Amino acid sequence: MNQLLLQMLKGTLVSFQVFGLTLLFSLPLGMLVVKGKMSKIWIVKTLVNIYIMIMRGTPLILQLIFVYFAPYYIFGTSYDRMTAVIVAYVINYAAYFAEIYRGGIQSIPSGQYEAAKVLGFTKSHTATHIIFPQVFREIIPAMGNEVITLIKDTALAQTIGVAELFRVAQTASAREFSTMPLFVAGIFYFVMNAFVAKAFDQMEAKLNYYEKK
Amino acid sequence: MSDLKDNKVDYMIEVNNLIKSYGNQEVIKDVSFHVAKGEVLSIIGPSGSGKSTILRAINQLESIEGGEVIICGDTLYKEGLVLTQDQKRKIQLHNGLVFQDFNLFPHMSIKRNIAEALIYVLNKSKIEANEIALQLLDKMGLKDRADSYPSQLSGGQKQRVSIARALALKPNVLWFDEPTSALDPELTNEILKVIKNLAKEKMTMVVVTHEMSFARDISDRVIFMDEGFIAESGTPEEVFGNPKNPRTQQFLQSFNQ
Ligand SMILES: Nc1ncnc2c1ncn2[C@@H]1O[C@H](COP(=O)(O)OP(=O)(O)O)[C@@H](O)[C@H]1O
Ligand SMILES: [Mg+2]
Repeated sequence: MNQLLLQMLKGTLVSFQVFGLTLLFSLPLGMLVVKGKMSKIWIVKTLVNIYIMIMRGTPLILQLIFVYFAPYYIFGTSYDRMTAVIVAYVINYAAYFAEIYRGGIQSIPSGQYEAAKVLGFTKSHTATHIIFPQVFREIIPAMGNEVITLIKDTALAQTIGVAELFRVAQTASAREFSTMPLFVAGIFYFVMNAFVAKAFDQMEAKLNYYEKK
Repeated sequence: MSDLKDNKVDYMIEVNNLIKSYGNQEVIKDVSFHVAKGEVLSIIGPSGSGKSTILRAINQLESIEGGEVIICGDTLYKEGLVLTQDQKRKIQLHNGLVFQDFNLFPHMSIKRNIAEALIYVLNKSKIEANEIALQLLDKMGLKDRADSYPSQLSGGQKQRVSIARALALKPNVLWFDEPTSALDPELTNEILKVIKNLAKEKMTMVVVTHEMSFARDISDRVIFMDEGFIAESGTPEEVFGNPKNPRTQQFLQSFNQ
């Protein structure tokens, strides 16, 4: 049993790694994507729209397999499994985050930009001190949902053989003819998400010091 | 840039033959007016006649398609003139604009709403900026609300904050776009009183308003806009007392009923 728990903790660390690296890259990449999506240049906008449509319109598991195996067919070689997972997750989540950012940005009334302009603020000050804090507050609930989904999505990494928590549990389950390891894994995911949910609740509460308008 | 003490500069605002269009529809057609230092100009006219557009164009919230706009001696627009973003921002600092729906920053305390531009635009220290903010809030009768957020204030209080925010940058000209239209009728007077006091202090102002008796009371000159043109202009006595244009007569009638 101890042996099993140790394995599962190791698996959990891998899951964390997938989770952390995905957030690290997809959060800023989403900003770039939203910039493209809101671009006035037709071709940029169209390409970004197609990209978002594909990311949202196909299963993550397919995207993952594609990212991992496509280079084999094209170049005869691929990157290691972990890298494939991170690449697939980052481009998938960046698309979702971009959509959330866009909703937040569009919820800010044009009067905020106008007041900032009339008062002589630079564009960058307007973005960082006037628009961004309001967008941030606006998107926290949606971001919370997405981050919780990501924790659960880390289980898909086993599709291409990454030894994260779910795979460890599944292997142990098969070995010991018991559903116990899977049940334990469920508890692990649940606890992780409880922490994430709590963190977002606290952020939301902290940002509720003002009301809109 | 400009030198207002220079006798060559008689006007704070010079607008000559201003043209503004949306697409191929001209909404401001050949509008000219001047505002002298310390003068209060009211712009009246039916809804859709172009009053807001004039204010917005001169405050750089809309593009300008023709004519000439000179603000405190600095040319903002004339044909062929190209200004950098920075030059445009400097010119805008001659102006203060008070919006109909306040546009306060909801995530900042009202003190911060006023101090923010003092710190980041005029490069004042935080301490000095806060002092100025508190002085202005005091003047507006809102000193005890300094740490409140905009959502905690009444409409009239919000508008007083937004006036304070504009005044903080010491603009040479203060523009108002229907400053009382978003307010409950019983809150209108507190804002009109503030504007009246500013007029007494010889603040140069351009006020778009539907408050006719107020316009008559505080203005040195009045412009009546109709369909993108200045249909009539003159002293309040001339425009309100003895309107010549039938459109003006008709418009003023509708207020007397
Ligand atoms: N963003 C816009 N796009 C197209 N037309 C506009 C826009 N804003 C205003 N207009 C038109 O310009 C004219 C003048 O509007 P406005 O200046 O708001 O009038 P007022 O402030 O006198 O009520 C109106 O006919 C209005 O429909
Ligand atoms: Mg208007």
